Amino acid sequence: MPKTNPSDESSAHPTRSCPNVGRWERTLSVAAGAAALLGGLRRRGITGLLAGGVGIALLRRGISGHCNVYERLGIDTRRETREEAGVPEDQGIKVVETITINRPRDEVYGFWRDLRNLPRFMDHLSTVEIRTEEESRWVASGPGGRTLEWDARIINDQPGELIAWESLPGADLQSAGSVRFESAPGDRGTQLTLTLLYRPPLGRLGALGAKLLNRSPEHQLREDLRRLRQLLEAGEMATADISS
Amino acid sequence: MKAITWQGRHHVEVRSVETPDIVNPRDIVVEVTSTAICGSDLHLYDGFIPTMEKGDILGHEFMGRVVARGKEITHLQEGDRVVVPFNIACGKCHFCQRTLTSLCDNSNPNAAFVEKVYGQSGSGLFGYSHMMGGYPGGQAEYVRVPYADVGPLKVPDEMEDEQVLFLSDILPTGYMAAENCRIEPGDTVAVWGCGPVGQFAIRCALLLGAGHVIAIDRIPDRLQLAARDERVTALHSDKTDLDEALPELTGGRGPDSCIDAVGMEAHGTALGNLYDHVKTAAFMATDRPHVLRQAIRACRKGGTLSIPGVYGGVVDKLPLGAAFAKGLSFRMGQTHVHRYMPLLLDLIRDQEIDPRFIITHRASLDEAPELYETFRTKTDGCLKVVLHP
Repeated sequence: MPKTNPSDESSAHPTRSCPNVGRWERTLSVAAGAAALLGGLRRRGITGLLAGGVGIALLRRGISGHCNVYERLGIDTRRETREEAGVPEDQGIKVVETITINRPRDEVYGFWRDLRNLPRFMDHLSTVEIRTEEESRWVASGPGGRTLEWDARIINDQPGELIAWESLPGADLQSAGSVRFESAPGDRGTQLTLTLLYRPPLGRLGALGAKLLNRSPEHQLREDLRRLRQLLEAGEMATADISS
Repeated sequence: MKAITWQGRHHVEVRSVETPDIVNPRDIVVEVTSTAICGSDLHLYDGFIPTMEKGDILGHEFMGRVVARGKEITHLQEGDRVVVPFNIACGKCHFCQRTLTSLCDNSNPNAAFVEKVYGQSGSGLFGYSHMMGGYPGGQAEYVRVPYADVGPLKVPDEMEDEQVLFLSDILPTGYMAAENCRIEPGDTVAVWGCGPVGQFAIRCALLLGAGHVIAIDRIPDRLQLAARDERVTALHSDKTDLDEALPELTGGRGPDSCIDAVGMEAHGTALGNLYDHVKTAAFMATDRPHVLRQAIRACRKGGTLSIPGVYGGVVDKLPLGAAFAKGLSFRMGQTHVHRYMPLLLDLIRDQEIDPRFIITHRASLDEAPELYETFRTKTDGCLKVVLHP
C-alpha cells in the first residue's frame, strides 16, 4: 500500500481556490443564494435547512468565483472569449431538435436559406439582415429584456440538404448552428434537424434556471419549429386570438 | 356580444364579451344561429378537464351565417349558412390529408402542453380547455372559425338548422363509432350509453347492417327512445345483470362489437365502480372505466370495442388480460368530423336519418346556465339542448 503524503493533496489541487466562474454567473449565484438562504430561514424545518445549505453554497460560489463542480468537470466560464468565431471549446450548450414537415425538401430548404424568414417563426429573433451571400446581422431579445446582436457567416451550404453557420468575433451571443434537411420516409415530406451550439448569456447556472422556468432552449426551439411547420404547411400560424 | 362562459365547477354564466374578428387569412367569422350543449361539455361543467380558465367560452356544436371572411376564403360568401366541425383542422398536414382531421398537426397552439402528457397532440377544439388550444367556443353570438376553406360545410337553403346542426359533432361521432365496429351483416352491437351519441350510434349501426342492437342505459326515457326500432333490445343497467343478459341475448357468443358511448364519468353499481369513485375523488385516478370493464368481459372473442366516449387521463384496474386472451380490437379517438359531414348530409337529405329526434329542449343563451344543470342531472327528460342565440 503506497504511503500517503499529506502535502500531496494540496499539490494535486493547485487551483482549489482559483476563480473559474464568469462575471454574470457570479452575480446570479449571489442573488439565487441569498434568496434560498432567506427562504430557508423563513421556512425552517428540514426543507428550510436544505434550502439554507444550498443558499450558503451558492453565496460562497458567487463571492469566491470558484465552483468545485466546474473544477471537477474542467469547466471555466470566466474567460470573456468573444474574440473567437463560433463558440469557444467547452463553453457551449448544444441543443438538437427535429420535426417532420409535410412539404418538399427544396421548399423547406429555400425558406430557411432566406434567413430573413427566421424571425417569422423564431420567437426570440427580432430581425436578420442580409449583408452578403454569406454574412448576415442578427438581433435577438435576451434574458431580462436585453438586446443581443451579432454577425454570422454561413460556413456550409448544400442546397436542399444542409445549412451551417457561426457567429463572428464580437458577438453578444456566441453561437453556431446547422440545419439538415432529409426526405422523410413514406412520402411524409421533409425531416428537419436543427443543431444549435451557443454560449449561454448568463452562464450555465442561467441555463439551468431557464430550464426550471420552462424557458429552456429545447422547449423554445421545439416551439419555433412547430411554428415553422404551421407556416409552411397551413400558410399561417395557429392562434386562438379573436383580434389581430 | 353574449356568450356562455365557464366560471368553475358547476358554474356557467352568460357574460358580455369581446366580439371576434378575422385574424388569419383563412378565417371566417360566423354569426351563430343554432348551437347545442354536448354531453362532453358536462365533463367541463363537472370540472373533469384540466386547463379550463374562468371566462372561457364554451360550446363546440354550432352553425350560423358567415359575416366576415379572410382574404384566402373565396368559396364562401357573406350570408352563406355553414355548419362547423368541432375539431379545428388545417387540411394540409400529413394527418389532415389522410382525413384524420382530429389528429391535425397544426391547429393546436398549445400542443406542447399536450405532448408532455400524451406524447403527441391532436387537433385544437372549439371551447374545450386551453390544452386543446384555448379556442373560444360556439355557445355565443359570434365565433371566429380558422381554416374555413376546409372546415365549415355549406348548408342547402331548404334544410333547417336543426336538421344539420348535429353534423358538427354528435352525428359523425355516432357514425364513426358504428363504422369502427366493422359491422358485418347481421352482427349484434351492444351500445353502452343512450345519450345523443349513443342514440346516433344505434341508428348508424343499423344503417351499416347490424341485425340486432342492445342498448344499455339507466334512464328509462332514453331506453324507450332507443327501442323505438324493433331491432333494438333495451337493458336497464341498474336492474339487469349484464354478465348474464348479454350472453343470453347472443346465444352465449357475446356481442360482436361493443360501443362505449359513456366515457370517463361512468356510473354503475358494482364494487369496481365504487372503487373508481373513491380513486377519482382522491385524485389517484382521473377516469372511471366501469363501462370498459363490462364491455371487455361481454364482447365476443375477436370482437371490437369502439370508444366514442371521452377519456382524459389514467384508468385503473382495466382487465387487459381478458382483452388479450379474447383477441379484442380497440378503436377510439376524437371524431374526424370533416370526413363524415358530406356523406351524412346526403343521408339526412335522403331521409335515411333525421337527427331531430333527440332534441328535448330549445332555449335562448340566457337560459343556458339552468339547462346545463338540467342536462347534468338528466331531469325533465333532458336528452339534448339546442340554443338559439
